[in-house]
Amino acid sequence: MPSSLISVEVKVPDTPVSHAQRKPEPASPRGKSGVNASKEEQSAVRTFLLSRGNSAGADRGFHWLMVLCALSIFGIVGLIAFELVLRSQLSWHQFGFKFFYQAFVDPDTHQPLFWDPVNARFSALPFIYGTLVSSFLALLMAVPLAVGLAIFLTEMCPVWLRSPLAFLTELLAAIPSVIYGLWAVFVLVPLLRTHVNPLLVAGLGWTGMFNGDNPTGLGFLSAGVILAIMILPIISSLTREVMTAVPHSQREAVLALGATRWEMIRMGVLRNARIGIVGSVILGLGRALGETMAVAMVIGATPEIHRSLLANGSSMATVIANEYAEAVGDMHLSALTEIGLALFVMTIVVNALARLLIWMVTKGAPVQAA
Amino acid sequence: MSGDAFKLRSRMRGYTDHAVTALSILATVLVVAPLVAIFAYLVFKGASSLNLAFFTQIPKPVGETGGGMANAILGSALLLGVASAIGIPIGIGGGIFLAEFGRGTRLANAIRFTADVLNGVPSIVMGVAVYALIVQPKISWLPFTGHFSGFSGGVALGIMMIPTVCRTTEEMLLMVPHAVREAALGLGVPNWRSVLSITVKTASPGIITGCMLAFARVAGETAPLIFTALGNQFWSANLNQPIAALPLQIYVYALSPYDDWHRLAWAGSLVLIVLIVLSVSLVRYVTSRGVLKGAS
Repeated sequence: MPSSLISVEVKVPDTPVSHAQRKPEPASPRGKSGVNASKEEQSAVRTFLLSRGNSAGADRGFHWLMVLCALSIFGIVGLIAFELVLRSQLSWHQFGFKFFYQAFVDPDTHQPLFWDPVNARFSALPFIYGTLVSSFLALLMAVPLAVGLAIFLTEMCPVWLRSPLAFLTELLAAIPSVIYGLWAVFVLVPLLRTHVNPLLVAGLGWTGMFNGDNPTGLGFLSAGVILAIMILPIISSLTREVMTAVPHSQREAVLALGATRWEMIRMGVLRNARIGIVGSVILGLGRALGETMAVAMVIGATPEIHRSLLANGSSMATVIANEYAEAVGDMHLSALTEIGLALFVMTIVVNALARLLIWMVTKGAPVQAA
Repeated sequence: MSGDAFKLRSRMRGYTDHAVTALSILATVLVVAPLVAIFAYLVFKGASSLNLAFFTQIPKPVGETGGGMANAILGSALLLGVASAIGIPIGIGGGIFLAEFGRGTRLANAIRFTADVLNGVPSIVMGVAVYALIVQPKISWLPFTGHFSGFSGGVALGIMMIPTVCRTTEEMLLMVPHAVREAALGLGVPNWRSVLSITVKTASPGIITGCMLAFARVAGETAPLIFTALGNQFWSANLNQPIAALPLQIYVYALSPYDDWHRLAWAGSLVLIVLIVLSVSLVRYVTSRGVLKGAS
């Protein structure tokens, strides 16, 4: 727009500037100073503009530079996908789709064997299992708490407390994964080992899901708890955002019918915000699936499948973190990359789904991830 | 409905209401408790092990007490420098496109969506991709390829900064009133100049805090560095070689069996968290004060 404005000014065809500049004298002696002065000013502006040149080229260049920056985001996603596919070819050709569900048998112990770098036999099954179990455990614990916190913050909290609490949860989102891991290793795991796990074994041991023969305290449950703490802030802040987006008239209408506060929240707020809440839960799931360091420090790092939640396990992200730098041979590296590719696809699908759901509620207004 | 049943029902409704209030307060307490616990432990354990040596010395060999993480602090600074050099210009450029040129177009929506999705890609996957891109292939005419290097770690972190910087920049630019743009264009300022010196400058406090937020986020990232920057026990400022990083060092020390290393891990965590809390508070302060108060 502005470039065209300027070029119109510059390209005024009559009275070339050089001519106007060369003989300004004959104008002044005639005495019609008013008109001539303005003409002189005009020509000065024109000279100035001409000396600055036309900015259309610069504008176009700038525009395309910005487009390039924006397109690089597509490029990055494409490049990641390309590299992952390229480097996992070896494993894909060797195992095919069976990579995701096959199991081998250890010839000596006759136990199921999934991950055998020595003989270059690999299966992603225990890692997929570990990722899913720890993530769903985390959701089970985090979702009620996060929604409870969001309800408290939007509907009940006194105003003076709202901002500090929101700030605290924001901080919770900013703590690095490795620090959660450090805290989990030295505080959470001993706590679970000495106080919580014996109770679970005693009370729920008969279900087979809590087996007390792991003395370390590491395992799926520890990973689930630390993951729950880590994904709480993102779920609760997005839930809060969605709940705030529900119009006040909805609340007022329900209250006017004589509803209690809870009935107002249930019928006026939660029912209207439910799609967005599901979206934020799925986004939290996406975080949990890819979380690496904290989980790697507490899950136990053994490629096995156990029914007991107190047993050691491993997840997709943690096996990559633990073995990638010291992979034995090309097939091992390729198998790990294929796990990375699976994780990439999983998180992209989950995130895209969550974003769509949240957009549906907030009507396309941008939602900032915490 | 008889009167008694009605009374009972409304009493039950009252109880449910109180129960829900109590439950949500309980939920809030349960959320705040671990946060307070984490901070208390960090300050308690970290402050007692922080000393001058932590900032000036490199790690001592196993068995000797003392030592510090000076090399890791230097390494982190270098990695973050590379990351910012990559992530901030591209991120801001993308944000300018979204807010100034592509507003409402299908391309802009697709880019915005992709940025959000890229934001959710696990950092470990980013590490694998950069490993496959830079560390694994040996290309003789390209520097930094074929081995673990600080540069590859910086690239991984830089890519992770792009979506955050891009989206914050866009949001900040959208807050700049139209009148400011029109005033600039009305003076015959070229568009690129108007965007850079007027719009971006007006929104710059917001954009800077957005960059700091992205910076703080990648400052604590460990997963993408494990097999790119790799870590280093000695002084090294060479981006072409493996380089130490604070989060990486914390990870290694936390899992070690030595008490003295645990102590250093807590101290390192405290340093990291102070950096992050400072930048998050700054972001909070600037945004709550109204980023663009002077503009409108």
